[in-house]
Formats: sequence, C-alpha cells, structure tokens
Amino acid sequence: MKYKINADTYWRKNLRYVIILLSIWFSVSFGFGILLADTLNSIQIGGFPLGFWFAQQGAIYVFVVLIFVYIYLMNRLDKHYTSED
Amino acid sequence: MELQTWIWLFIGLSFSLYIGIAFWSRAGSTNEFYVAGGGVHPIANGMATAADWMSAASFISMAGIISFSGYDGSVYLMGWTGGYVLLALLLAPYLRKFGKFTVPDFIGDRYYSSTARLVAVFCALLVSFTYIAGQMRGVGVVFSRYLEVDINTGVYIGMAIVLFYAVLGGMKGITYTQVAQYCVLIFAFLIPAIFISFLSTGWIIPQIGFGASNHEGVYLLEKLDGLHRELGFHTYTNGSKSTLDVFMITAALMVGTAGLPHVIVRFFTVKKVRDARKSAGWALLFIAILYTTAPAVAVFARLNLIETVSKQSYAELPQWFSKWEETGLLGFTDKNGDGIVQYVAEPQLNELTIDRDIMVLANPEIAQLPNWVIALMAAGALAAALSTAAGLLLVISSSISHDLIKGVLYPKVSERQELIAARLSATVAVVLAGYFGIHPPGFVAATVALAFGLAAASFFPAILMGIFSLKMNKEGAITGMLVGISLMLFYMTKFKFGWFGGGTSADWWWGISPEGFGSVAMVANFTVALIVAQFTPPTPATIQQLVKRNQKTLISASLFYFFHNLALIVAQFTPPTPATIQQLVKEIRKP
Repeated sequence: MKYKINADTYWRKNLRYVIILLSIWFSVSFGFGILLADTLNSIQIGGFPLGFWFAQQGAIYVFVVLIFVYIYLMNRLDKHYTSED
Repeated sequence: MELQTWIWLFIGLSFSLYIGIAFWSRAGSTNEFYVAGGGVHPIANGMATAADWMSAASFISMAGIISFSGYDGSVYLMGWTGGYVLLALLLAPYLRKFGKFTVPDFIGDRYYSSTARLVAVFCALLVSFTYIAGQMRGVGVVFSRYLEVDINTGVYIGMAIVLFYAVLGGMKGITYTQVAQYCVLIFAFLIPAIFISFLSTGWIIPQIGFGASNHEGVYLLEKLDGLHRELGFHTYTNGSKSTLDVFMITAALMVGTAGLPHVIVRFFTVKKVRDARKSAGWALLFIAILYTTAPAVAVFARLNLIETVSKQSYAELPQWFSKWEETGLLGFTDKNGDGIVQYVAEPQLNELTIDRDIMVLANPEIAQLPNWVIALMAAGALAAALSTAAGLLLVISSSISHDLIKGVLYPKVSERQELIAARLSATVAVVLAGYFGIHPPGFVAATVALAFGLAAASFFPAILMGIFSLKMNKEGAITGMLVGISLMLFYMTKFKFGWFGGGTSADWWWGISPEGFGSVAMVANFTVALIVAQFTPPTPATIQQLVKRNQKTLISASLFYFFHNLALIVAQFTPPTPATIQQLVKEIRKP
C-alpha cells in the first residue's frame, strides 16, 4: 500500500473540512436561527417567517446534510491516502 | 374494535417482537455485551442510536413543550440535533479508532491516569443516573395510562422487561431491539401527524403543512400568532426568552448531547472508523424525521385546542375533554360563573389548566382519528421509553463492571467473571432506577436538563482536548472535569432545588438559566484545564513543532480554536505528555 499524502497533510485537510463545516453549522443554528432570527422573520417563505423556519426546520436539515458531506469528503480523503496504485 | 383491545394487541405484538429479538441476539462475551461484538451495520446502528436517544420525553413531551412555548421550544429542536454534528466531526471517529469500550476507558488511557478514569466513572454514573431516574418514571406513566394500572405497577412491569433484555442481551440484544423499537416509534409518531396535517391543510407532509394555509386560506402560523395576541400570550413565532438565554441553552444541549456517555458508546459498536461517521449521519437522519415533525404537531395541536375550547360553552365541549379531565391533566374552573371557557394568559382570569404532556397523547382524539391510531401511539410511547432506559442501564453496568471493577479495583478479573459482574450491576442498576421511578426525587423534570449540563461541563472538553490537543495533560483534564461538573452542580442545585441560599430567575448570573449554564461550566472546564496545564513541566521539542504546525490552521477558527490556541502558547511552559501516549494519539489520527 502506497501513501499519496502523508499523515500531516491528512490531518490538516481533515481539520480544514471540520472548520468549514462547523462554521456552516454555527451560522444556520446560532446565526440564522437565534442571533439573526428577528431580522430574518421579516422575510416570509410561504407561511413561515424565515428566522422561525431556520430554528425549527432549516437548521436540522442542514445538520443532516453536513454530516453526510463530511462522510463523503473523508471517504474520499481516506481513499486518496490509502489508494493501492 | 374497542380502543383497549387495539392497545393490548399492539403492545402485545411489539413486546413479543422485542423479547424474541433479545433472545435471538443474546450476548456470549464481554465484547458482545459492551459493544455488540463491534459488528453492527451503520444503518442499524443509526436506528438504534436514534431509538436510544429519543426517550418518552422526546416522544410525548417535546411537541407539547413547543406547543406552549412556540419559538422558545427551538432550543430543544436545534440543541438535540446539532450535537450530532459535533459528534460526527469531532468525537465519534477518533473514539472508535482508539478501540475501547467506554468513555472512562478513553479518558483513563488518554490521560494516563487512573484518577482521570475514576473521575470519568463518577461523572458517567452521575449523568446516567440523573437521566434514567426521569426515564423510569416516564415508563411508569406510559404503562399506567395505557394498561390501566397504577404508576408503581407500571414501573415494576417496565423494570421486569428492561431487566430481561438488557441483562440477557447486553449491547447486542439492546441494539437489535432498539432497531425494532425505532420502527415502531417513528411509525406511531408520523401516522397521526400525517392524518392531522392532511385534515387541516390538505398537505400530507406535516413539515410543509404547518407552514401552509387552512381551508379559509389563512396561514396556520399567522392565525396562531393572531390568536396568541388576542388571548394575551407571547406571539408563537417570536417567543419570550432572551436571545442570550436561547443561545446558551441551545449550546449546552448540543454539547451535552455530544458528551452523553450512552450516546457516545454507540460509536464503539461499529466495525470500522468510517462506519462511526456513517452511523452518526444515519442516526441524525432518523432523529431528524421525528424532530422536524414535532414542531408541526405542536402547531396543529395548539390550534386545534384553542379553536375547540376557547370561548366555548363548557357543557357543549366534546367527549374527550371530560375524559382527560378525569386524569387531572386537564382542568376547568369557572371563575366568573358564565359557563364559558376563558383560556387567557392572565392567571387571574384564566379558567383552563392543561398539562403539556397531553398535547401529543390527546391530539389524535381531538382530531377524531380512528382507535387503532391511538393504540399505535401507545406502542410508540412505550418503545421510546424502554429503548432509552435500556441503553442507559448498559452504560451504568459497564461503568461499574468494566471501568470500576476491571479498570481500577481488580484488573485480573477473567472475562467470564467480568460478564457476570456486568449482568449483576445491570440488575442492581435496574432496581435502583426503579426505586427512583417509584420515589421520584421531586425534581425529575429538572434532572433531565441537569444531565445535559453535567455532560457538557465534564466529558466534552476532556474528550475534545484529548483528541485535538497534544499538550493537554492529566492534571489539566482532571481539574477541568472536576471544576466543570462542580460548578454545574452548584448552579443547578442553587437555582433548581434552593440549596446554597437558593435564588430566583432575577439572581441568575448574566441572566442565564440553569438549563443554559452547562455552556458556562464547559467554558470554565476548558479554561481551568488550560491554565492548570500551564503550571506543569515542559513538553519535548518534537511535540511543540507538531503543535505549532497545526496552530496556523487553528487560529482562523472559532471559539474552540481560540482556547486551543491559548493552550498551545501556554503549552510551552507545561509538563510533557508521556511518549507512549503521544504515539497513541498519533495512531488514532491516522486514516
């Protein structure tokens, strides 16, 4: 088994993914759902005030997507790291 | 068919299924008992985690709480789902890579100290017991309601069933039973929600339905806001808590979720590291199905309730009203003697008292759904309560038999003896939990929030720094955990139980409620750990280099990284982590 990238690169890339994804995690929940909720509530999507929607629906959908994106990115990184060519 | 016949039928069928599964998948080794042999498929593990996670409180109480608090209820929705992102990205894969059975195992080995392990065992037991005391009561309430026995008998029945499959099956039995329980509970939650959504808006997807308009063309949420204003309540979509408090409570629940031992231990049960990530993803997906439906149920139930009873003549109320009045969960006092129900925010004028828990349970009746749907709710509520209680019992028994007996007291114990010890401690734990269920400590509702605060204040920082900071040493981690958990205990007991002079919400520090204080205690844990680490011996040059390389990336990130960064600068003046441990940490970071 040959390694295309070394352990340090692997770890740095991993950290970068984590930081980016956690920033999104923070923005949709603490940002849109809490700190900016009152401002966003002036925008209406269907019957939902937007801030309220983020707090009770949107944030949760984004959370699920974030984990699956991370799974995809890490699987790709793992493959890259341990590819057998 | 009669309602009670349907209930017996559904409960009988679902229980035979659980017991059958438990028998078929009973544990033969300690490995199977603690982590199901490490061979659970990620999707199955995701379902089991979801069932483990969603207790009777999620199933019955959460939608009711949201129904009454509106936007403020979002703290539970975001808090109890957002924690899984932290778990999947920051903890689960590394803990799995470390290859241990329990959280105290990890902390004991990573911080090369049996004191650290003991502190972790203490925290795990405290968190799990506070959590399970409420659960057993929940089991009793659900049994008593649906089997028409008194609450104590309900608790005994619950104890007997949990005992049977937790003690026999261990983690393996529990995992596969929980998969079945997840299917039962999610089905039971969705069916009535879909029915009601369709009846009131024409949409079959409740998540869309509660943002849609009713048959008069008015948006449900606008209508609800209007009714709330009219009756003097805070508007539904805005809430009444301060932004800071909402922020802190959400943070404490998220971090607490990521630090709960009975959730973390789930990620030890999969085969590979990548499966640990996948499990977290599936678990959150399965949880999200219920958690995005709950706010919809809350809106439908609230509207239905206000429209059915407010300003109506008491004599002409539908039959379900008097039925629930008998249980004491619903009450009407005609203060002005006009025979009309006044339901308003002003306590002097309000004539209607409603227990939040009936919002979910009575909802199908209020919406006049068929009997089999109501019976399905019963089976679902029981599945939710039992699966959580069983998962918690396992954490308690492994803390005692594995961490305490094998890890600290008698390291030479054989696998057979350890398995016996595990089963014995599970039995003792069931009996203890049952005792708390029958004699609730008077603050059951408060203790659930306490459990999250305690987990956030103790485990999360210790595990996170154990993975992401090479510099964190045992002195720092142990003091951090102790300071975090003590601070949390102090604040909760002061404001919840009136110890240390008590106090009201006016005395809260920075206006932060006890539910949200876990966030503050967590920050205290991080800070103290880092400061203590400063006054300890120096670190080898090689490690410092490695740490410095990471530093650049870390500076740009948020709060955690601020503290981490501080740690790295501080680390130059601190004592070294043993070379073997450093090797171990490097090992778990590899792909």
